[in-house]
Amino acid sequence: MSSGVIAMHSVKVHFGEGESAVLALDGMDLSIQSGEFVSVLGPSGCGKSTIIGAVAGFTRISAGELSVDGRAVTAPGPERGVVFQQHTLFPWKTALENVEFGLKMRGVGQRERRERAREILETVGLSEFSRHYPHQLSGGMQQRVNLARALVNRPRVLLMDEPFCSLDAQTRLQMQELVLALWEELHMTVVFVTHEVDEAVYLSDRVAVLSRRPARVKTWIEVDLPRPRTHALLTTPEFARLKREALDLLLGEARQPILEQRLPRSA
Amino acid sequence: MNAARISSVQATPLRSELESDAARALAPRPRASRAWMKSVAIGAVSIASWLALWEAASVYEWSFFFRFENIPAPTEVIRATGELLDSPKFASHLLSSLRRVFLGFSIATALAVTAGLVIGRFRLAAQALLPPLEILRPIPAVAWIPIAILLFASSERSMVFITFIGAFFPVLLNTIHGVERIDQRLINASRSLGANEFDVFREVVLPAALPSIVAGLSIGMGTSWFSLVTAEMISGQFGIGYYTWEAYTLQKYPSIVLGMIGIGVLGMGSSLLVKRVARLFMPWLRAEGAR
Repeated sequence: MSSGVIAMHSVKVHFGEGESAVLALDGMDLSIQSGEFVSVLGPSGCGKSTIIGAVAGFTRISAGELSVDGRAVTAPGPERGVVFQQHTLFPWKTALENVEFGLKMRGVGQRERRERAREILETVGLSEFSRHYPHQLSGGMQQRVNLARALVNRPRVLLMDEPFCSLDAQTRLQMQELVLALWEELHMTVVFVTHEVDEAVYLSDRVAVLSRRPARVKTWIEVDLPRPRTHALLTTPEFARLKREALDLLLGEARQPILEQRLPRSA
Repeated sequence: MNAARISSVQATPLRSELESDAARALAPRPRASRAWMKSVAIGAVSIASWLALWEAASVYEWSFFFRFENIPAPTEVIRATGELLDSPKFASHLLSSLRRVFLGFSIATALAVTAGLVIGRFRLAAQALLPPLEILRPIPAVAWIPIAILLFASSERSMVFITFIGAFFPVLLNTIHGVERIDQRLINASRSLGANEFDVFREVVLPAALPSIVAGLSIGMGTSWFSLVTAEMISGQFGIGYYTWEAYTLQKYPSIVLGMIGIGVLGMGSSLLVKRVARLFMPWLRAEGAR
């Protein structure tokens, strides 16, 4: 159960065909241990979401090897939970029915799945809203339900694609603490894609800083800050040091194309 | 999972966030009954004014551009209605039309929704089925009448067929449209939660397309009435369309208007019924939103 080892070796991903084909990932190597919290940080449009899509099994890789717990990824599966940037709750199901979905697909009986869904909704602090439809919930609450829906399957890997970037700052902090608490409780492997430096450093064991497209891992930042972490960590000098390191790497990456445009290349 | 062990994460700021959200989600909406009564009153006055104009035009035999000398006045129609409601004839005309619409519309719904879901979801089905359907689609139901008479042994069946044709294409096209518009992320989400192809169909594709299907049903109900009335006028025995046309040939002019009103009321009623029934199947659209 508590495995969740992700291995990517020289993975390539193309989108489109022929002339208009775009190379999103080129020779991507990524090796993530069981139970690790890894963030993927990169400039926007660099292909970081493609990593999530590939591991989740939505996006087919064009070359290389990609496996989770030694099994090649060919299709989506419940052992790899996904939380997207915008909520993907089923609008026609209540919060409780959304959370139940994974259990229903596995053939768990109505009474048991209802009970387990209730339990996990309580864990994310939404037991009073079990009968609400997604459009009746705030953005933060929707993402809580999304998280609960993915976690009800007890995934070995939780893939999160900029899950909190459309939330306000305060809600985002609360969600980050919730994710950390759930992760410490459940010990699943987490891959967290973000463009926010603070978020990446605050949450992770390691941060993979990506290059511009086609994305490769440019540098790994080891975050050796103590756990459990709370938002108090965000104002410590150790945090600031790691944040600056990450920012330098990230901004260097973003600035480059502008310089290339301005300065004519010497022959 | 042990809920109690991680309940410590639900610190105070979280509670306040939830409570303000709860207040928004549960706040009662102001009632709009006064505005509703006002709009009903305006509608009633409008209908009454038009009826009064019509009455005057008939009584004074308006003859500029429109000739009202042979058009029965509303009061005459009301008198004819009284006579008709005493005899069972009118009711049996209505019933046979209702039966035809119910049959044709039901068959069209079953076939068009199934075909639409399959065409919308599977490219091969779209490639195979859409070209012939696209050729048939622009042919109005009325143009099918001669073929329908040849195709079926009884005129009853041919009329049901015409109603079927009338409803089929609106329902089909709206279903296809509904399926094609589904957010791919919802399908991805369901797959990553363990759904197989059949689950995706039942749990995601069908409910996601439902609002669009219902729009198609509502339009289809209108077109199937339209088609039926025409078919009854041409080839019918019994039925409200037949009744209306017969009234013309027998020079029972008030009955023409009565037939028309009957068609209007039945058409409106059945469209309303479709919408009402559909809402029962889509509770999430009824739920009042916080946002």
